[in-house]
Amino acid sequence: MEKWYLMTTVVLIGLTVRWTVSLNSYSGAGKPPMFGDYEAQRHWQEITFNLPVKQWYFNSSDNNLQYWGLDYPPLTAYHSLLCAYVAKFINPDWIALHTSRGYESQAHKLFMRTTVLIADLLIYIPAVVLYCCCLKEISTKKKIANALCILLYPGLILIDYGHFQYNSVSLGFALWGVLGVSCDWDLLGSLAFCLAINYKQMELYHSLPFFCFLLGKCFKKGLKGKGFVLLVKLACTVVASFILCWLPFFTEGEQTLQVLRRLFPVDRGLFEDKVANIWCSFNVLLKIKDILPRHIQLIMSFCFTFLSLLPACIKLILQPSSKGFKFTLVSCALSFFLFSFQVHEKSILLVSFMLPLLLKDELLMPSVVTTMAFFIACVTSFSIFEKTSEEELQLKSFSISVRTYLPCFTFLSRIIQYLFLISVITMVLLTLMTVTLDPPQKLPDLFSVLVCFVSCLNFLFFLVYFNIIIMWDSKNGRNQKKIS
Amino acid sequence: MAALTIAAGTGNWFSALALGVTLLKCLLIPTYHSTDFEVHRNWLAITHSLPISQWYYEATSEWTLDYPPFFAWFEYILSHVAKYFDQEMLNVHNLNYSSSRTLLFQRFSVIFTDTLFVYAVHECCKCIGGKKVGKELTEKPKFILSVLLLWNFGLLIVDHIHFQYNGFLFGLMLLSIARLFQKRHMEGAFLFAVLLHFKHIYLYVAPAYGVYLLRSYCFTANRPDGSIRWNSFSFVRFISLGLVVFLISALSLGPFLALNQLPQVFSRLFPFKRGLCHAYWAPNFWALYNALDKVLSVIGLKLKFLDPNKIPKASMKVQFQHTVLPSVTPWQRLYAQLIAILPSIFCLWFKPQGPRGFLRCLILCALSSFMFGWHVHEKAILLAILPMSLLSVGKAGDASVFLILTTTGHYSLFPLLFTAPELPIKILLMLLFTIYSISSLKTLFRKEKPLFNWMETFYLLGLGPLEVCCEFVFPLTSWKLKYPFIPLLLTSVYCALGITYAWFKLYVSVLIDPPIGKTKKQ
Repeated sequence: MEKWYLMTTVVLIGLTVRWTVSLNSYSGAGKPPMFGDYEAQRHWQEITFNLPVKQWYFNSSDNNLQYWGLDYPPLTAYHSLLCAYVAKFINPDWIALHTSRGYESQAHKLFMRTTVLIADLLIYIPAVVLYCCCLKEISTKKKIANALCILLYPGLILIDYGHFQYNSVSLGFALWGVLGVSCDWDLLGSLAFCLAINYKQMELYHSLPFFCFLLGKCFKKGLKGKGFVLLVKLACTVVASFILCWLPFFTEGEQTLQVLRRLFPVDRGLFEDKVANIWCSFNVLLKIKDILPRHIQLIMSFCFTFLSLLPACIKLILQPSSKGFKFTLVSCALSFFLFSFQVHEKSILLVSFMLPLLLKDELLMPSVVTTMAFFIACVTSFSIFEKTSEEELQLKSFSISVRTYLPCFTFLSRIIQYLFLISVITMVLLTLMTVTLDPPQKLPDLFSVLVCFVSCLNFLFFLVYFNIIIMWDSKNGRNQKKIS
Repeated sequence: MAALTIAAGTGNWFSALALGVTLLKCLLIPTYHSTDFEVHRNWLAITHSLPISQWYYEATSEWTLDYPPFFAWFEYILSHVAKYFDQEMLNVHNLNYSSSRTLLFQRFSVIFTDTLFVYAVHECCKCIGGKKVGKELTEKPKFILSVLLLWNFGLLIVDHIHFQYNGFLFGLMLLSIARLFQKRHMEGAFLFAVLLHFKHIYLYVAPAYGVYLLRSYCFTANRPDGSIRWNSFSFVRFISLGLVVFLISALSLGPFLALNQLPQVFSRLFPFKRGLCHAYWAPNFWALYNALDKVLSVIGLKLKFLDPNKIPKASMKVQFQHTVLPSVTPWQRLYAQLIAILPSIFCLWFKPQGPRGFLRCLILCALSSFMFGWHVHEKAILLAILPMSLLSVGKAGDASVFLILTTTGHYSLFPLLFTAPELPIKILLMLLFTIYSISSLKTLFRKEKPLFNWMETFYLLGLGPLEVCCEFVFPLTSWKLKYPFIPLLLTSVYCALGITYAWFKLYVSVLIDPPIGKTKKQ
């Protein structure tokens, strides 16, 4: 593309922001005995390097599952093993069995941060660049602006380079999947997405839209001919990739079951801690966590989750389109987050809603700076304060339908503008209060609960909004502008 | 917050650029800082806790006050804000005190004072014309100039990592240049006089100011062929300029004159007896001279021409004695410096070309002083790079010189940041600035001949392997213990070649340019 140098500049800015954020503290720094996610990742390198594969997910004298046991699928374990080999080359003390618990040093921090950067550089960033370049019907300038905003997204930067995790790997694979499937490279796309699921089971949030979209494509091509061939090929790809990743664990049934038990801890409750989830918010008014028995909670969350994402998925099967696919990804992920079982706040990767977590890691300054940078980048690139007409909000068909029943419903865009303003003001106020004031004695969790409650309302609104867009998306998709 | 929303909402790209770089500066707060951090903390303490009569005598710390009085007053004002952050930093005896609040305060003070720099860049963009190539925002000279100045790599790492206050000082200089472009000569002179009393390194470019103001402001008209018209001399203007300079100097040095401390102040400002504290040669002419001397001495040893007992131990400390080539004393270096700037001064006097000619002369004075100066710090290259940015968006020839100067000059700053966590930052930012500057200027001048010939391209590309060798390969070799200074030597010499070449090319273009009667009006 022309202006390749601007895209390179954008990538370099993204990398610089990531590394400067990584200079700050990580989760659990200097806090024995458990430390935090940083220690968990280091511990996994220790476990995967020193123990045979069969012992990775099992409780034993060498592998105490209570101390950061592996609870991600095998691909994470293989990644940790790879990092461990490099660590052994530089300084074996970092991964020595038992003795390296709680190991902290400047050199080790540098090593760990470098592994995150390299993983990001190899997987996530090329996916973002290619995704922006392949967007259709927009100018080069807009593509570069898109890339800048995506790369500056504070949630991912703060969690990966601040708190310390490897979300960019799974998100990167998922993005490759989206790219492949949108550009009609279905096999490669589904392979990439399987890799994403095998890295972090959280990506299952996105699995249903993938499934429905690909199924819809098969139906469109005709189940008696090409469609059936495609279906078989896809099935083979998925099965093959799963077998490849889980090979060492398929030797015994007990192995597979144990891994599954670690990945999906159904023994724990409906939610833990404070999460911007429907159940947590509902818990404020009515203590359902204590009232209902465990299996009823499971069934209830299952039903609600599926009911909320059913309409969008059915539409995707019947009318598969790239645009619908992307919106369904968002709405399904939101449904899962809001209604499912044992959700962790990091699953949503939205920065203001992870505020208590970030404050605990002393990442206030990077949070504020990256959020402001993201905000400025988006506002300057997309002039969001000006584009609030109904057409730009993709709600034209919806409002036309509503107007057939209520002719005076002409102020939809105004409503949305006000709602946006109110939500931003509330979030800023809550952030300020959380940072500066101390909560009253009787309600020590007041601010975190308020943050979760407000966030939950925001998410519900977005769930409804995206579902409306999907359902009312008419066949004249080409007339409407694409929003990323 | 409201201003931010409005500014960003109207799509004002300048505000977005300025805000963006400010946010980047905030992210650089936890990076490594050099001893300059302690220097400024010490000055805060001195100016806050001691009376004026003690300011230039205080020597508890080794970092004594060696900037002119206005800077001392600036630190005094800052110290009154500092006391709300951490009272302990203002204690003169708290050497190397660096609590997190101190760090936060000092870093924020640099970021805050950079506002003057942002304003100066805004003013400069208004008076630089430049050609219009396309309608795209990113191809407008104003946009490119703003990025080159606001996001300048050298300024970012020297001010916000290494820790100094160059931002607002360069803001003053750029503002005074802008005022001269806008024909507001008195303001320009006033600003420069103030700047001189903030940091006396700007004496390097004072001849350019003096000659330009005398020639183009005091002599109000020229003869048709461009030469001087003696009877157009305006006494009023001359006297008013002199008055401005005199008043500012009086304000600055007056209190110390009254206390009979002038000699002490001057001995602090111009410490001729001090040796070089760090072992790194600024990449100027003397670096090449020293390197040649070392090479010749090594050859001489091998060929048994020299007595091994007379050769000093291999190091990079500044020598006053050379082994093979003739030794050069500080006074001789000063003469060399003066001789080097003379041709550009003569050009400015005999072939005045308005503000643009002044700017060229200023850059040449700064660069020549860098090339031949005694005890020059590699940071002084910024004195030439920043004004050169103003010229780079005007002509293709200037753009080419600017790119060579800026890339080698910025690379020569790498040894300032030698810690491992800062390595990715300096490489990423350097790549960012270099790739952007080269491609945007190439796009701006794409209709003219290419900016670099093959030799220059080869030289610039050679910086990559040099960096890999010095940072990654060399530490793993056995030479690291025996000759630890080799990467510094290689960096210094390689960059000196580039900078000397750029200096030479610029000088030639200034000497060859025809006078104002035959050139287009600016």
